[in-house]
Formats: sequence, C-alpha cells, structure tokens
Amino acid sequence: MTLATTSDDAHVVFADVHMAFEDREVLRGLSCRFPRGQISVILGGSGSGKTTILRLIGGLVHPQRGRIVVAGEDISALSETEMYRVRAKLGMMFQGGALLDSLTIFDNLAFPLREHTPMTEPDIANEVHHQLTAVGLSDVDDLLPGQLSGGMIKRAALARAIITKPEILLCDEPFSGLDPISVKLIEALLHRINRQLHITMLISSHHIPSTMRMADEVVLLSRDAAVSGTPAELHDSPDPRIAGFFNEEVDESIAPVEAAAHPTSRWVGA
Amino acid sequence: MITLVQDLGWAAIRFVDHLGKLAIFAAQIVRAALTRPARLRAFVNELFTLGVLSLVIVCVCGLAVGMVLGLQGYNTLVRFGAAQSLGAVVGLSLIRELGPVLTALLVTGRAGSATTAEIGTMVATEQLDGLRMMSINPVHLVVTPKTLAMIAVMPLLSALFILFGLGGGYFVGVTLMGLDGGTYVSSLQSAVDYYDDVVGSLLKALVFGILVGLIATYRGYTAKPTSAGVSAATTSTVVIGSVSVLIFDYFITALWGV
Repeated sequence: MTLATTSDDAHVVFADVHMAFEDREVLRGLSCRFPRGQISVILGGSGSGKTTILRLIGGLVHPQRGRIVVAGEDISALSETEMYRVRAKLGMMFQGGALLDSLTIFDNLAFPLREHTPMTEPDIANEVHHQLTAVGLSDVDDLLPGQLSGGMIKRAALARAIITKPEILLCDEPFSGLDPISVKLIEALLHRINRQLHITMLISSHHIPSTMRMADEVVLLSRDAAVSGTPAELHDSPDPRIAGFFNEEVDESIAPVEAAAHPTSRWVGA
Repeated sequence: MITLVQDLGWAAIRFVDHLGKLAIFAAQIVRAALTRPARLRAFVNELFTLGVLSLVIVCVCGLAVGMVLGLQGYNTLVRFGAAQSLGAVVGLSLIRELGPVLTALLVTGRAGSATTAEIGTMVATEQLDGLRMMSINPVHLVVTPKTLAMIAVMPLLSALFILFGLGGGYFVGVTLMGLDGGTYVSSLQSAVDYYDDVVGSLLKALVFGILVGLIATYRGYTAKPTSAGVSAATTSTVVIGSVSVLIFDYFITALWGV
C-alpha cells in the first residue's frame, strides 16, 4: 500500500516529524503526504495524534524535529508572525467550533472578512448569507454561538472556515458528538465543498462509515505505524491491526493509547 | 532537608521563568498597542466592563472606608483635643494609601478575576487558536484592549474611591459627630499637597493598573485549557495580584515617598 501521490501533487508533507507534550510522545518520526484537492482523513483512536497533526499544519504547535511543508513552504521554523502569511491559505474547523462566543453568528462569519479584505459591509453581508445558506443555516444572524445546537455550531464553524476561500481546510473531528443525520449532513457539505471549490481537505476523525464514504486518502495512526492508502485498500488490508480498526475490533496497537508513537512506516512516505 | 532545598530551588526557577515570560508578554502588549488597526471599539467596551461595572462596588466601599476612618479618627483625635484635624487624617490616609491600594484590591477581585476567566475560557474553548488560524493576533485583539483599559480605569476608580471616602468622613465627622464643616475642609486643604499627594496617588494607582492588568491577562492567556485550569488561573490572579499590589505599595511608598 502506498500513497497514490507524488511529491509534486502533495499539498501538505510531513517528513520525519517528532512531537511530544512534555514527556508524552505523540508523533515519532511521522512521514506522510496529503494530496492536493482531495479529501484525506486521518484515522486513529483517541490520543493517537490526529488533532496534533492538524495543529502542526496550522502552526499552533511546533514539532521537536522534522519538516512540515504546507503549500510548498517549510513551516517548521517559521515564527508566529510569518505563520500568519501561511495561515491565509488555511481554514480550520475546530472540534468545538471555536466561534467567538461574544459575537453573533453573523459577526463571527463577517469577522475574517472585515479583518482581511477591503469588502464593504453590504458585500460582507451578502457573502456571509451566501455561506450560511450553503451550509444550510438561516435565521441565525443574530444568535450567539451558545444558542445553537452542536450540529449548527459545526456548520457555522465550517462556513467561517471557508469564507476566506482557503486552499487547505483542516477539520478537527467534524462528526464527533453528532446524531447520524447531522453526520451525513456535515459529510455531504464537506464533500460538496471539496468538489466545488477544489479545496484540499484534511479531516481528523474516528468515524469509519463517513471515512469510507468520503475519503480519497486515509492515514491510519496506530501505536507503532502510520499507514496510508485509499479507504478500500485499508479496508481490505490483510494486516489484522488495520482490518481490526476498520471492523471496530479492539486491538491494543490501535485502540486508544496514552502514548502513541509513529515511527516512519514502511508504507508511508518516501 | 535536601527535598526542601530542592523544592525551594524549583520554586525559585519557576518564579524566574514566569517573570521572564511575563516580561515577554508585556513586550508583546506594548508592540500590539502600537500596531494598527487600533482596537478602539474593544478598548471602549473594556472601559465599560472593567470601569463602569466596578463603579458601584468602588463607590460603596469608598464611602464605607471613609465613614470608618472618620469614626475611628474622630474617637482617637478627640482624646488629644485634635478633632479639628480629622479632615487631614481622613484625607491623607485615603489619598496617599487607602484609596489606590483598596481600589486595586477591589478591582483585582472583581475585574481582574473576570478578565482572567474570560481569556482562560477563550483558551479552553480554542477561541484564541481560532483567531490565530484566521491570522489575527489574539494579543492584539483580546489582550491589549483589556490591559490598556485596566491601566486607564484604575486611577479614575481610585479617585472616585477617595472622593466617596472623603464624603464618608465628612458625613461621620460633621453630620454625626458635630464637627464644624469648614474646619474639616480647611484641615483637609491645608494638609494635602496637590503634587506630592494627589498626583502621587494617581501615579500609584496607574502602577497598580499596569500590575493588575498584566497579571490578569497573563494568567488567563497561560491558563491550562481545562475548567480546573481556568479556575486555578482565576484564583491565582486574585492572590498574586493582591499580594503584588501590597508589595509594590511598600516599595513605591519607600522610594517615591508617596
């Protein structure tokens, strides 16, 4: 099983990335690529490092070792100020939404446009309503995030993440805590956004049915390896650990771990 | 014994580490304050939250402290036949010491803790990370307006505290104890020097504003992203802020003579 991409069409590249929080090692020599314009799902148990990968790409945390290339730029050694330039190409949908709780939904979406574009207020209002409609939200302009349901917050967060037309969209657990109907709704939204806007999507998830339906590429994190391939390839893998994860069987090497580590897999990276 | 020395050593290292981080944080705030766009709307909002919403507590406490000072001062002075100096005693106590210090303690408890809790909650709910991902510096947008507002409101609140305190002292001394009103005011006027006492008092309050503003925002910004972490940060703002105000008060009094 190999990544069906070359370095040329990789939008995000991890090369021998090591990451630890104090004495807790999360990534150990992770190497992988995320192809441009496709939906890549990072699968793994709780604590396996899925969210950390997204936060590394966003420059919210920095690796102890290794290189991370985002849209052709090595961000491993960039300062916080320099990262702002890279983040202009990124959008992130946080697990809890991360909407500013003192602002209304309208102002939350209008905020990045007011900050970074010379758009007039009427144009901003049009764009905000366009994005809210696109994610299936209406009549929520004046509501505060605390007045929305979990699924609505996720959709509002998705709308805010794509309103600046990013090249790369990072989605942290977009299906967590949602009912099956909301899961399918978010899934359809992500799929449509990817196909319409050709945004590279990196989604951290442990929701296997959604992954099977929407992923172009899957990176599966386990304690001793990071395996990459198409959903079908991984699903049909003869490796019992991979098959076990997809069949939702408890396997100690893949089940939630306290200190997951990922030596460069023989399947992943160059 | 060795463990005790080790613990003290670690505590000292942590203290120096925090001081260094606080200095860097302060430099970031100064830099952000000089960076466009100016966050005027956020600053005005914070003036309201930190200042206007603290008015009642500051005025009520100022009045109460002034009344106590008036009562205690009168009862003491009358023993020595110096009741006519009540205005000077109440005025100097409030202007030089109690006004700025008690205001700083009150604001630390009310507005400082609220500031820490608000920023800490934003950390815990990833709102600050959300801002970073939108290429917006949270120190510029969130922290700097709160710190500057704290610095701006502290001298004003302290002045109000003193005014209400003087009023409280007047009420007890003149209305309740029968002291002559003119005596009270003239004693106050002759004892209080404008530059040494009044301006010095406002400068002292300004220093406390910087201190409380920095501590409150720093503790919130560095809070652990859990409910327990936010709670601990809020508590530490009140404790560290209050202790720092009292320690700085001594050094300011000793060095500046205010």
